[in-house]
Amino acid sequence: MDRRTFFKASLAGGTALAAGAASCPAQARETHPMPPEAVGLLFDSVLCVGCKACVAACKEANGMPMEFSTKDQYWDTPLDISGKTLNVIKAYRNGKMEAKDREENGFAFIKKSCMHCVDPSCVSACPVSAMKKDAKTGVVTYDKDACIGCRYCVAACPFGVPRFTYDSPTPQISKCQLCIHRHKDGKYAACAEVCPTGATLYGKVSVLREEAQRRLALKPGDKTEFPRGHLRAAEEKALQGAPEGKGEQRRQGWKDDGAQRYPGVAGQYLQHIYGEKEFGGTQMLMLSGVSFQKLGYPDLPPRSDAATSETLQHTLYGGLIAPIAVLGALTFIARRNVKPEDGEGGQNG
Amino acid sequence: MADHSYAHAPRPLGGSLFTPLTLLLGVLAGIAGVILLYRLFYGLGAVTNLNDGYPWGIWIAYDVVVGSAFACGGYAMALLVYIFNKGQYHPLVRPALLASLFGYTLAGASVIFDLGRWWNFWHIFWPGYAQVNSVMFEVAVCISAYIVVMWIEFSPAFLEKWGMKDVRQKLNKVLFFFIALGVLLPSMHQSSLGSLLVIFGEQIHPLWQSGMLLPVIYLMTAILLGFAVVIFEATLSSTGFKRQLETPVLTPLSKVMFGLLAAYVVVRVADLLLRGALGTAFAATWQAFWFWVEMACFVVPLVLLATEQARRSAAKLFVGAVLLMLGGFLLRINGFLVGYMTGEGWHYFPSLAELMVTVGLIAFEILAYIVIVRNYPVLPAAQPVTR
Repeated sequence: MDRRTFFKASLAGGTALAAGAASCPAQARETHPMPPEAVGLLFDSVLCVGCKACVAACKEANGMPMEFSTKDQYWDTPLDISGKTLNVIKAYRNGKMEAKDREENGFAFIKKSCMHCVDPSCVSACPVSAMKKDAKTGVVTYDKDACIGCRYCVAACPFGVPRFTYDSPTPQISKCQLCIHRHKDGKYAACAEVCPTGATLYGKVSVLREEAQRRLALKPGDKTEFPRGHLRAAEEKALQGAPEGKGEQRRQGWKDDGAQRYPGVAGQYLQHIYGEKEFGGTQMLMLSGVSFQKLGYPDLPPRSDAATSETLQHTLYGGLIAPIAVLGALTFIARRNVKPEDGEGGQNG
Repeated sequence: MADHSYAHAPRPLGGSLFTPLTLLLGVLAGIAGVILLYRLFYGLGAVTNLNDGYPWGIWIAYDVVVGSAFACGGYAMALLVYIFNKGQYHPLVRPALLASLFGYTLAGASVIFDLGRWWNFWHIFWPGYAQVNSVMFEVAVCISAYIVVMWIEFSPAFLEKWGMKDVRQKLNKVLFFFIALGVLLPSMHQSSLGSLLVIFGEQIHPLWQSGMLLPVIYLMTAILLGFAVVIFEATLSSTGFKRQLETPVLTPLSKVMFGLLAAYVVVRVADLLLRGALGTAFAATWQAFWFWVEMACFVVPLVLLATEQARRSAAKLFVGAVLLMLGGFLLRINGFLVGYMTGEGWHYFPSLAELMVTVGLIAFEILAYIVIVRNYPVLPAAQPVTR
């Protein structure tokens, strides 16, 4: 090829690539914001007593099979979330395990289930829209009838949440969907419904965040009240507005929405609401006395990986502008360089 | 216009199809077939060591990610011959394209067996299901399109054999468009195979989590591997079919490859330095160890093929090409498996059945290549070896 052709080819390709790259800032995809009506869970490791009532209730509500880790197989004993288990309580143990919620020589309990990310990797990764995030409630759902079983969601999730039933010829993804199938009956997440201490609360994320902030503002040993079940905004306001001693008014509140409260003492918290900022936020918020990394939760940046991945994809393929421009340039060049009568490979030998 | 030389126009090789080698390849392919059948009835867990910590094994990391990169010979040669108009490499195009055709077609077909819910695979192309933000969507659509384009690109070889002149002439008039597509599509999905790792974020070891540069790194090495594979295959098929070595045309090709290799090493090292990731290469970890092996596979050919003199040596070309293939293999296996850190307690090493499927797939590719070049006009009609 002569210099001129080479120059033209390079120029055409370069222009096309530059056109693609120039669209970069316009295509940058920010981390999604929290849906205003987002619902989720607040898990308070300090309140959790490790009874695992939530694990059993989750199995029942979602019709999940038993899973055994003991030889005798007397009862359901999952060690982690799996294709058969959507929610577990795990124990953190260190040294002599003398005190609860202490890192050194202590122990703690931690819930493991879907975080319902504000900007989930699984939804961005799924090539067939089997993973979806509800625009209103923000619940991350899975549709097995759409799923092709590629497991990109399993690989992408930074929390290791979506699991897969490898042993089945008709496998599917398993993950917590916040019991959305129970919502139409006015019910909510089974794990929160049965939690005796209110360590797992269900409610709007905005309300749960306020409750988390209230607990972090307490001094260890302060007398307070803990709600359990479904925490509602109005109920929360009634409590804060109620002067001391008006217990009757509060008890009225329980009857209204089924939420209950019990007196308790504030524990020792790390000043950190996990899920408030991590990964652009999650709809499961967590409080703990032990560092979240020790409890198996990764230290994540505020930007979601979905935002980075989609910024890249949109920059290269947004509106198919860059590919079409490059194809145009390539077609122009190939047309000059391919002899029509010889075609691919030639044959007049 | 370049002076395309057709003195060595492609011709069927002829010869026997039943040799000890083809029989062995057939048996290996057959074993893989039985395992895959078993997998369909009993699930992925029955034959693979996959788990929720390593949901992707070698059927993705090798068969698709590495396999398709090894099948970039056709792409790299089309880029060189038809876009950069280097007509002297024309005789290498068709054999390279054939190898690519099989590499990609089998990579595409093998994915079906890795999909848990394979009967839904068409969802990926179906409006309403297709999710365009997914890197996987781009990879799947683009690879599928490229497989179709390659069969069209290669069809003149069949049309010649079957004497379908009319169809051939019509196709020839628009072939340039398919050739352009055949350059665009691999550029897209080979880069996207790297982009697949972006969403894994910090789950990928810093030595391989290059973020926005992942597509550049994967695309550069895909073209590099394309050239290396062409040299590798040309040398092997010259030896295997007892034909003259194609060193005179491979020497200038290796110069192009050398330039690209130098550029790649600069990009790779600069990326590690800019991200401050190079320090992790000095930790006592398996990741660091395999990183150095990978880098050696790129740097040694850079030294080995540095002079024109060296590039004239068929042996050095072959060694350089093999090392580059190994380097490209390691870059991908390291990114998708060795450097994939999903939390403590997870382990993965392919099961014997998984390995046998991959081996069988490669065997089937080689077998099909032999059958086609013996029966269809693919390899240039070179003189028998005159030594």
